[in-house]
Amino acid sequence: MSSYSLANLFRHGLGGHKGWKPAWRDPEPKAEYDAIIVGGGGHGLASAYYLAKNHGFTNIAVLEKGWIGGGNTGRNTTIVRSNYLLDANAKFYEHGMKLWEGLSQDLNFNVMFSQRGVLNLAHSKGQLETFRRRGNAMRLNGVDAELLNRDDVAAFCPELDISKTARFPVEGGLLQRRGGTARHDAVAWGYARAADRRGVDIIQNCEVTGIRRDQRGVAGLETSRGYIACRRVGLAVAGHSSQLAAMADVRLPIESHVLQAMVSEPVKPCLDTVITFGAAHLYVSQSDKGELVMGGDIDGYNSYAQRGNLAIIEHVAACLVALFPQFSRLRILRTWGGIMDMTMDGSPIIGTTPVPGLFLNGGWCYGGFKATPASGWVFAHTMATGQPHALNADLNLDRFHTGRVLDERGAGPYPWLH
Amino acid sequence: MFLIPCPHCGPRAESEFSYGGDAKGSRPAVPEESNDETWIEYLYLRDNPKGGHEELWQHVHGCRRWLRVSRDVVSHAVNGCRDVAEGGS
Ligand SMILES: Cc1cc2nc3c(=O)[nH]c(=O)nc-3n(C[C@H](O)[C@H](O)[C@H](O)COP(=O)(O)OP(=O)(O)OC[C@H]3O[C@@H](n4cnc5c(N)ncnc54)[C@H](O)[C@@H]3O)c2cc1C
Ligand SMILES: [Zn+2]
Repeated sequence: MSSYSLANLFRHGLGGHKGWKPAWRDPEPKAEYDAIIVGGGGHGLASAYYLAKNHGFTNIAVLEKGWIGGGNTGRNTTIVRSNYLLDANAKFYEHGMKLWEGLSQDLNFNVMFSQRGVLNLAHSKGQLETFRRRGNAMRLNGVDAELLNRDDVAAFCPELDISKTARFPVEGGLLQRRGGTARHDAVAWGYARAADRRGVDIIQNCEVTGIRRDQRGVAGLETSRGYIACRRVGLAVAGHSSQLAAMADVRLPIESHVLQAMVSEPVKPCLDTVITFGAAHLYVSQSDKGELVMGGDIDGYNSYAQRGNLAIIEHVAACLVALFPQFSRLRILRTWGGIMDMTMDGSPIIGTTPVPGLFLNGGWCYGGFKATPASGWVFAHTMATGQPHALNADLNLDRFHTGRVLDERGAGPYPWLH
Repeated sequence: MFLIPCPHCGPRAESEFSYGGDAKGSRPAVPEESNDETWIEYLYLRDNPKGGHEELWQHVHGCRRWLRVSRDVVSHAVNGCRDVAEGGS
């Protein structure tokens, strides 16, 4: 398969662009693999890619029940940041940020990573103080952070209503300039193509329905396309982790909840950064197509329905108009939902499970898109060596037993509050 | 949005209620006597079924009673609701 380059674009142009080959194969499942990853979202595909690239695996499959990137990878609001307070999270997400910075080159696929900055707004002195604390913690961990006062905010994002008469007057904000957005589909496709080129079998329309075990641990998977033997299985099924783990009698500290997102009708460029609203819950950016992309809170009760409630949509729209009164006449074009694993401490789980040969990558809550490269990197390491990488050692499942939970928000074991 | 048939106030919109999570598993009656496993079980582990779910809701904008609701978490059909004071599991 030829690489994507200006020279090749020109060459294929001469042939009327009829010579491009599919970006990945459509293989039949083999009877046995050395490693299988369940779930063809960004995380599963990235894990397979790094298993092949960093650990020399040549006989790997990714099994996806629908089509790749059709889960949360293709449903998220694409915000990438590493502005975390706790050490374990900061180091992990910052490793991801560094991978993002070289990702398009590494994959030979333009993931349209745009470091347009992520600005968290503060609306009270107290909130600004907690931002100062987080910014300082970030800087101690080598992550970029800038505390902005009200005038800085006005200069950085003139579209914002920062008047004293605003519904929630802006006091300042915490800016991570290296944060931004990426094209979600391109991340799935880029990893899929790069993994395929290293021999990974990407098998779509293949649902895992059972996990067969013997005295050594995992022996293979029952799927809608037959039994496949494998002694090293990684789950990366966002939203369905509890379901898959239950197939191996493992119970998880996870609840599944629906998170919605929405876009406005497309307009000319009017917002060149990512803004998050600290008074209520809203995050907004503008896509390259011109739509305002927005999201807010989860609906707040267990759900496996990929659709949500109008109340949240109204709330998100109200927040948007409070910050940007000039957007009040925009119409909402589309809304949708995705099912997410909400963990009991709001942090992800990547690591081993009590079943030998079974590994878990889940519990991504609101924020797993930005983690895609780092998650694949450390999950591949964990699956290849049987041991966590230094960067996911603290993100293990065992933390709920040892009490070393990573409660970034301080909300306690209430997943619908994280 | 779905309706929760409060036994005291009648069918009301879900937005009048506040969610209390999985109704299964109660707090160990004598916490000092419970071991790590039962405590972890109560605090963190969930069945998280894809289908029928027994859950708690408080009618905060109504009678303020805690209710036990049976809901299908895929279709959101509510198949039962009673006051927790009525007991049973
Ligand atoms: C509305 C919304 C907005 C979000 N916004 C952001 C954001 O701005 N920034 C951010 O960082 N994160 C965000 N997230 C979170 C982020 O999207 C996810 O954490 C991340 O994409 C998860 O990737 P994944 O590969 O683990 O999951 P997915 O992309 O969901 O992939 C899992 C795959 O597993 C497959 N699967 C499930 N069961 C089986 C089975 N039995 N057999 C085979 N395959 C199976 C599914 O079909 C699916 O394709 C958002 C999420 C949502 C829903
Ligand atoms: Zn009532």
